Amino acid sequence: MGALQSLPGQPEYIDLAEKTGFSLEQIGVLHKRFKQLSHNEETLRRDHFNEIPDLACNPIRAQIVEAFFDRRNFRQNGEGTVQEIGFEEFLVVMSHFRPPSLHMTEEQRENVRKEKLRFLFNMHDTDNDGTITLEEYRHVVEELLSRSGALGKETAKSIADAAMLEVASISMGHMEPDEFYEGITFEHFLKLLNEFEIESRMNIRFLNMDTTTLCK
Amino acid sequence: MPLRTGSHSPAGFGKSLPERGLLLLMVLVFLEGSVLPLGAASSPDISHQANLDDHKAAHEGHNSTKKPFPVLALEYDRVQIPFEISLWVLLASLMKLGFHLIPRLSSIVPESCLLIVVGLLVGGLIKLAGEEVPPVLDSRLFFLCLLPPIILDAGYFLPIRPFMENLGTILMFAVVGTLWNAFFIGGVLYGVTQIQPANPSSLNQIELLPCLLFGSIISAVDPVAVLAVFEEIHINELLHILVFGESLLNDAVTVVLYHLFEEYAGVGTVTLLDGILGVISFLVVALGGVLVGAIYGILAAFTSRFTSHTRVIEPLFVFVYSYMAYLSAEIFHLSGIMALIACGAVMRPYVEANISHKSHTTIKYFLKMWSSVSETLIFIFLGVATVDGPHAWNWTFVTVTVILCLVARVIGVVGLTFVINKFRIVKLTTKDQFIIAYGGLRGAIAFSLGFLLNEDHFPMRKMFLTAIITVIFFTVFVQGMTIKPLVELLAVKKKQEAKRSINEEIHTQFLDHLLTGIEDICGHYGHHHWKDKLNRFNKKYVKKCLIAGERSKEPQLIAFYHKMEMKQAIELVESGGGSKLPSAVPSTVSMQNIQPKKPPPAKAAERALPQLPKGREEEIRKILRSNLQRTRQRLRSYNRHTLVADPYEDGFSELLIKKQKMVELEKKIKEMSNYLTVPAAPPDSPTMRRARLASGRDTDFKPAQQQKGNKNCSDPQAYSVKPVSDSVPTIQVDLASPQSPDSVNLLDEFKHAGQQQPQVEDQGLMMKPPSGQSGPNKPHEADQARDQQKLTRCLSDPGPSADEDEDEPFLP
Repeated sequence: MGALQSLPGQPEYIDLAEKTGFSLEQIGVLHKRFKQLSHNEETLRRDHFNEIPDLACNPIRAQIVEAFFDRRNFRQNGEGTVQEIGFEEFLVVMSHFRPPSLHMTEEQRENVRKEKLRFLFNMHDTDNDGTITLEEYRHVVEELLSRSGALGKETAKSIADAAMLEVASISMGHMEPDEFYEGITFEHFLKLLNEFEIESRMNIRFLNMDTTTLCK
Repeated sequence: MPLRTGSHSPAGFGKSLPERGLLLLMVLVFLEGSVLPLGAASSPDISHQANLDDHKAAHEGHNSTKKPFPVLALEYDRVQIPFEISLWVLLASLMKLGFHLIPRLSSIVPESCLLIVVGLLVGGLIKLAGEEVPPVLDSRLFFLCLLPPIILDAGYFLPIRPFMENLGTILMFAVVGTLWNAFFIGGVLYGVTQIQPANPSSLNQIELLPCLLFGSIISAVDPVAVLAVFEEIHINELLHILVFGESLLNDAVTVVLYHLFEEYAGVGTVTLLDGILGVISFLVVALGGVLVGAIYGILAAFTSRFTSHTRVIEPLFVFVYSYMAYLSAEIFHLSGIMALIACGAVMRPYVEANISHKSHTTIKYFLKMWSSVSETLIFIFLGVATVDGPHAWNWTFVTVTVILCLVARVIGVVGLTFVINKFRIVKLTTKDQFIIAYGGLRGAIAFSLGFLLNEDHFPMRKMFLTAIITVIFFTVFVQGMTIKPLVELLAVKKKQEAKRSINEEIHTQFLDHLLTGIEDICGHYGHHHWKDKLNRFNKKYVKKCLIAGERSKEPQLIAFYHKMEMKQAIELVESGGGSKLPSAVPSTVSMQNIQPKKPPPAKAAERALPQLPKGREEEIRKILRSNLQRTRQRLRSYNRHTLVADPYEDGFSELLIKKQKMVELEKKIKEMSNYLTVPAAPPDSPTMRRARLASGRDTDFKPAQQQKGNKNCSDPQAYSVKPVSDSVPTIQVDLASPQSPDSVNLLDEFKHAGQQQPQVEDQGLMMKPPSGQSGPNKPHEADQARDQQKLTRCLSDPGPSADEDEDEPFLP
């Protein structure tokens, strides 16, 4: 824990721990990484993210980076995007990926699930109107396939269409030919991924020990 | 009949010559007694018979001058062994069949239990008949013939993703858990045997090493038993893979422990050095097995790259390479099971991309068939062997063993989970632990290993065998029968009846990339990071070497989409009319419901449909022309070595024929409703069907065109209401006539359609009523021949019924 000197004072640390659920060690590690990414500044900007070499070949890099600057993910009922984030915001966004604890009531589990799905939903719903429209969904699939060259573009469209058809049929049931399905609302999104065990899948391991020196 | 002949088992292979002669003699005496001397004239005298076939043949030749020519000769011994093998297999299959005819029974009692009972009965009958019970569960037969199919089936269809995600936990249970079990059971058992009771018994003579050996045999969870029980209780994927994975991977531990203790049981002591060598040997056995398997798997994948011209032998490569891997591993006493698993898992993604869809179906069915027959035989044989076995029942030893097995398992699982949960992201709950502990079934592998023991080194072999059988029976019967109610009682999460939807697939992929990205941002290399690296390496280098053609570049999502499209098309077609559409197809919502822009209002009169582009028209013409040639080619090409005339047609023609049938059926329904004025359920949403089928036809997925079509034909639902007569041209052709005339007609029809009334073309794909068996489907068949190979590969299993109509296009 050599990073401790550069950390904010201990009380603030505990605040953060309470707010995000991370342990103090984890916050320490993440803070060090934060400093490393921001070149010892107080805030992170988009180009800091774009400098991460491992991220460069991630097909959905843009969306991931955007998620960090989206006010909706800061748990403060805000909207819109910001230009730079401090360590607290960084931590809050990260906390969406915290693994659930072993002992949870059904209700807590449902909350965790909703929170994580909300994060995904926000990533898809770029214009923040509460629905994922066909255009937005197509964009998602296109991004996903953006590494597969020319083949991807056209197919992405039809995949998104097929997926949207599926959503519509799951959530709306019967539709008259002249009806129009605007897009996936969050309720539909929940229903859609009902079988998808997000609470046990959308997790990463946050280390208690500092290994950042190994990484670029 | 099965009883008597059954008494001479396939295991007769290994018998010595005189023994075999004796059996022969018995059979012949029996037959001659009962069937009457039909061949009595030629029947040689009994003393000669014992001296086997060639002798006898010479004898007969010698006699032939004197005796009249035998009209009917009896020579059972010539076919004895294969005949008896067949009888056993037949018995096994009939039993399996029988159980599923009694619906109540199979829902209460697991099949494995019933099969063991059948084995007991058969063994009992053989004994009652006063014959020698064959050593059916002979170790060589078991390890070389019965076990590999089951393991290959498991390895080939191993759900890689959950397996890899839980590899750490599985290894922990398989290695540390099994070691713990072996030493705990062996050690405590030794302690128990050393207690000096008032009247000293034979138990006291047991040494430590045989006890440990026994412990290592009895501690391994058995994949066959686990599969048999877990497949029936439909437990969730995580628990299934944990228990099943453990049962597969503990093989290496068992092999090493077994050889180690067997080796030193004669010597009596194990030094520290031996222990270290044992650890090294374990690594060699496990990793060597995996390595051998992986090498054969890569070889198989590489071979399958070049099989596009000889599709018939494709499935064989999968089987033979896997079996070779197993045998090669066994040569060096490496873990054959791990080799098979590795081989199957490594080759599968590449092989599946290379082989045709039909070969894939063949592989699937063969594996399932072999493994289920093997499994059935194993359980029956277990029953037979129980009746047969030389038993030495010792109450203390047996009870202590059973209790120890249970205790060791529970302690092992709870203790290990405590450690594992510190490292797992998704923790194992108490319920999970209970099921893992309870699912630790023992089975035939343990029995076979016990059977292999040398009586000279292990005077307690009989008692060991009895105890092993008791433990197996206890776990299979008691635990196997109660696990299902317990799972329901505890409300353990069941497996979802998941056909994975496209949305889930998208999100799986999305999540993968998202988590990799977050890990990168966090700045530590977690397993998502390495998985991503591996994936990229795979895509960049390995796939290029092992997969032929374009498919090597296809991303997973697209592959999945193609597969799903195909599956839906097939389901749709197989369901006959539209009325029984499977729920997966969003039948009530059509494309236009989700189009961002509203479709233009319908122009009722003219029904503007997309103009056929010039290129497309040309294409159709070309297709029709080439089709005429192809029919002739095909008629000529009856060939033993090829399934169909050209590899491209593979699997696709049947789809089209099915489609044809569907249209026929639909029409019939309509006709019926016309005649009877009974409102038949209108087949719903031709739009979806058309969209699906059109994309099934058009692998390139020209969604724009598809959508345009949908947008422009104002009301797709209207098709179903409208009588079929006005919009669809009916071409009546009698089935017997050769294709050429109506193909020509069709050509005109299409030209016509292409130029003036595109709607006809549009509907021609789906709505055209039957016009001869092979006429109309040809054009589509030839359609984009270059893509069909790709397409047919990703066809998922159409079910066995799909093949029934296969030959129809060959009709003159």
